[in-house]
Amino acid sequence: MADSYYKPEDLKKFGKIGELGADHLAKKFFSYYGEVFKEGALSEREKSLIALAVSHAVHCPYCIDAYTVDSLEKGADEDMIAEAIHVASAIKGGATLVHGVQAMNKVKEISM
Amino acid sequence: MPKANVLKAMAKPSVPTAQRTKNNKMKSTKSLKARGEQLSDTMVQLRVLNGKEIVDSKFPQFGDKLKEEGLLPLKPTGIEIFQVNAGKMCNQVCTHCHVDAGPDRKEIMTKETMQSCLDVLKVSPEIKIVDITGGAPEMNPNFRWFVEECFALGKKVIDRCNLTIIRANPKYYDLPEFLAKNEVEVVSSLPYFSKSRTDSQRGDGVFEKSIEALKMLNEVGYGMEGSGLILNLVYNPSGAFLPGSQASLEADFKRQLKRKYDIEFNSLFAITNLPISRFLEYLISSGNYEEYMEKLVNAYNPSAAHNVMCRNTVSIGWDGYLYDCDFNQMLELKVATPKSQHINDFDIEALKKRNIIVNQHCYGCTAGAGSSCGGEIS
Repeated sequence: MADSYYKPEDLKKFGKIGELGADHLAKKFFSYYGEVFKEGALSEREKSLIALAVSHAVHCPYCIDAYTVDSLEKGADEDMIAEAIHVASAIKGGATLVHGVQAMNKVKEISM
Repeated sequence: MPKANVLKAMAKPSVPTAQRTKNNKMKSTKSLKARGEQLSDTMVQLRVLNGKEIVDSKFPQFGDKLKEEGLLPLKPTGIEIFQVNAGKMCNQVCTHCHVDAGPDRKEIMTKETMQSCLDVLKVSPEIKIVDITGGAPEMNPNFRWFVEECFALGKKVIDRCNLTIIRANPKYYDLPEFLAKNEVEVVSSLPYFSKSRTDSQRGDGVFEKSIEALKMLNEVGYGMEGSGLILNLVYNPSGAFLPGSQASLEADFKRQLKRKYDIEFNSLFAITNLPISRFLEYLISSGNYEEYMEKLVNAYNPSAAHNVMCRNTVSIGWDGYLYDCDFNQMLELKVATPKSQHINDFDIEALKKRNIIVNQHCYGCTAGAGSSCGGEIS
């Protein structure tokens, strides 16, 4: 095994993941993936910024690398990138905090 | 030929005339030439581009890619655009400048050379467009005379204007009226519709001055519907990445410039930064060179290769020498017509039969949707 799980140059191998096996599934995945990011009801830039926010939420360094560059290429600037990441941060934080209502409910349930 | 490995030597730049920007990056206020940098030598640039400086990085030869398309040797389709570099003198020192232009550059075209250009234009009806670039071409004292003479010959004139020159000195304040009078098409660089990304590439304060200049151009009718006065903007990435789709960038620019500043323009040209001169220096010193070249090579688009601008352009240097394009000019790669390499020996028939000189920097014009002085080409 390599001395690190994450290497920047591995990102470039992603397109060849079908070489591992199940090539037909990889092909389907990439055809779907390509379709998802095409301009539609959402612009390419909106999609790229959503991808960047999700990349942060799922802690994927490959995706952060790819979608920071892609966001810039699609015409986003630092403020847009920062705001997208704050959206991910707010939802991650909010998702933790909102579970507080379960604790709140439980406390009420077992308290006199 | 320098013995030291340029890439290694430049990884830790020691730039005495540099300023630190807010990102803690070094930003120079002088040209490579004035700083005595190795990369001001075009031979050194070509060595870097051809992998001579990086043992383990070999990209396929651009010429081989053209061969696959049956395009080698690359031939002109005609000569419609006469691109004149009026000089390297400029009021700005942009970090990506492929001309290595700046206030310290004194090489500008003489009136005699301009007259030789006019003599050629007069007898060449197939040349329709005179595309004037620099530096800041307006700083050439004979700029206005040259524009008027070209207009009088019935040529369409393009001024590649950096915008800030219009606000640089009161003597330039009437440029918009002058350009309008001669129906000059204005093509202006504006890397982004916000201050930070514009100033990081073009220098502090450039954004505000550019906005003022755009308003002055709008006031005389440039970019306004029905005026017939064309104002096009040039977008180029402010860093080591490729431009996105021209149409969607244009829509963003139009919406934002109208909303924020009430500015109108005609079209946006998305241009890829070519890895030469100061942009090459930036790529190397920021450690982005190999990744960027790989990006350009991987994005090679055969259909863009068919439409590269060198096929219908001839580029004239400040000293009258002829080149296939402004980039080859900056790399000092003269046209391959030994008997017609200077404006005084201009032989349009020989030039139309020439083999266009290609090298590794040409990947910049064929990446993605392609790139030219008029934006996307495929």
